Amino acid sequence: MELVDATREAFRLLLSGDGTLWTIVWISLRVSLLALLIATPPAVALGFFLAVASFPGRRACVIALQSLLSFPTVVVGLILFLLLTRQGPLGSLQILYTQEAMIAGQAVIAFPVLAAFALSAVQGADLRVRETALALGASRAQASWTTLVEVRFAVVVGVLSGFGRVISEVGCAMMVGGNIAGITRNIPTAISLETSKGDFAQGIALGVVLMVFAVGANLALAWAQGRGGLD
Amino acid sequence: MDHAFYKNIAASLLVGALCVMGFADAKDVNPPPLRLATTTSTENSGLLAALLPVFEKKYGAPVRVISVGTGQALKLGERGDVDVVLVHAREDEDKFVAAGFGVNRRDVMYNDFILVGPTADPAGIRGMKRVGEALKKIHETGATFVSRGDESGTHIMERRLWKEENIVPVTSPDARRYLSAGQGMGAVLTMSGALGAYTLTDRGTFVAYKSRIGLDILVSGDPRLANPYGIIAVNPKRHADINFAGATALIDWITSAEGLKLIASFKVSGEQLFFPGVPPAAGYRKAGLTNGAG
Repeated sequence: MELVDATREAFRLLLSGDGTLWTIVWISLRVSLLALLIATPPAVALGFFLAVASFPGRRACVIALQSLLSFPTVVVGLILFLLLTRQGPLGSLQILYTQEAMIAGQAVIAFPVLAAFALSAVQGADLRVRETALALGASRAQASWTTLVEVRFAVVVGVLSGFGRVISEVGCAMMVGGNIAGITRNIPTAISLETSKGDFAQGIALGVVLMVFAVGANLALAWAQGRGGLD
Repeated sequence: MDHAFYKNIAASLLVGALCVMGFADAKDVNPPPLRLATTTSTENSGLLAALLPVFEKKYGAPVRVISVGTGQALKLGERGDVDVVLVHAREDEDKFVAAGFGVNRRDVMYNDFILVGPTADPAGIRGMKRVGEALKKIHETGATFVSRGDESGTHIMERRLWKEENIVPVTSPDARRYLSAGQGMGAVLTMSGALGAYTLTDRGTFVAYKSRIGLDILVSGDPRLANPYGIIAVNPKRHADINFAGATALIDWITSAEGLKLIASFKVSGEQLFFPGVPPAAGYRKAGLTNGAG
């Protein structure tokens, strides 16, 4: 019965425009989107490079990238914490327990996802696109750009998948963000806190928002994949 | 008809199973395990590890400890998820008993809260006698203060102290003065150390962390900072499956001469952390309650 009551209260909170709740949602979105914005260009570039270049050790790099996909996010949090803490090598930046630290953490977490998607997209792209472009007198850079445009939907799929990973990530956000109210408290860390306080309504309300994001991202994913298949 | 037949079979099986379980219970010398919800301060300090094995041996069954904030410990008791709670938030404990969630509340011991901060002490509060005055100074100088912000006993105490000074500390993203962390005492101490911030902590957790975090005790000894612990059995009238006998056994044992002596002899880094009985300052509870209400 507690679940029913808490859920009813959760929807009341959502619909009444509860300030605290929407601040948390805003922080989550801001951090995750900025992290993706920062991580996507270098990750796609790396994925592309690994797909088209041939050099000794390329295979090892690809395997390393793929194993990073299952790298635990709390370990990312731990390493980042040790780097950013006052005595750490990056301690002078003074960004521990700020949104910047959370963005850095999420960018690191999203990076392998983005790069791996870009890698497989470029590998799967029709080689003739690149060859045709080169044959038509395009420079290497232009040919690369043509290939990237060709696989843009697959890259979008990677971004959405990365979004799904970082928006729901709690370990790293808690460790380097510190779950500070109004500053670094995002949806996952808030849910964790509300549950430990025994205040389930707020937790459920935030869970609902998180699921809406997840469903939204998946609908967008389906759309992007559909578009990708159209060519 | 078939339906009724199966229903009967199911019912007999159920009754049979219950009988077997009942017999097993009756034959079993060992009482059922006891579920104790308590605060992180008793668990993290190592006090429970020193006390419970002695009780378990006497009682003959294990005690399962769930260590959370006081707020959640009381909620666990309210829902009947545990049999007994050991917490430190006197007003909430009284409410818990008044609402009929718990019975047989007893004072067990007390320790004290302390105000800690960076050695440099930018707010200049070192050695102040009144904790309220120190908080006021922190607030006025704009120094950073990290709050538990998790409805724990420590957080409840901190809020009461601010209230007594008529200060409403607020978080704002620009001025990082009052940070509501929503985490346990250990995490908040680590955070305060890393930020060079002030925080209110129980002495036990601080002693366990102090070598790692680089913070000093700046204000202690104000009678307002006494932190009494109470133990309460969950009301068996509200939850029939509660292990009330076990809860009573633990309450009786922990408040017995033997239990209290063990509490007094428990030390971390040579320091006694918990004192049996109620705090000596008679004015403490009255002052705390009136101010909390007003």
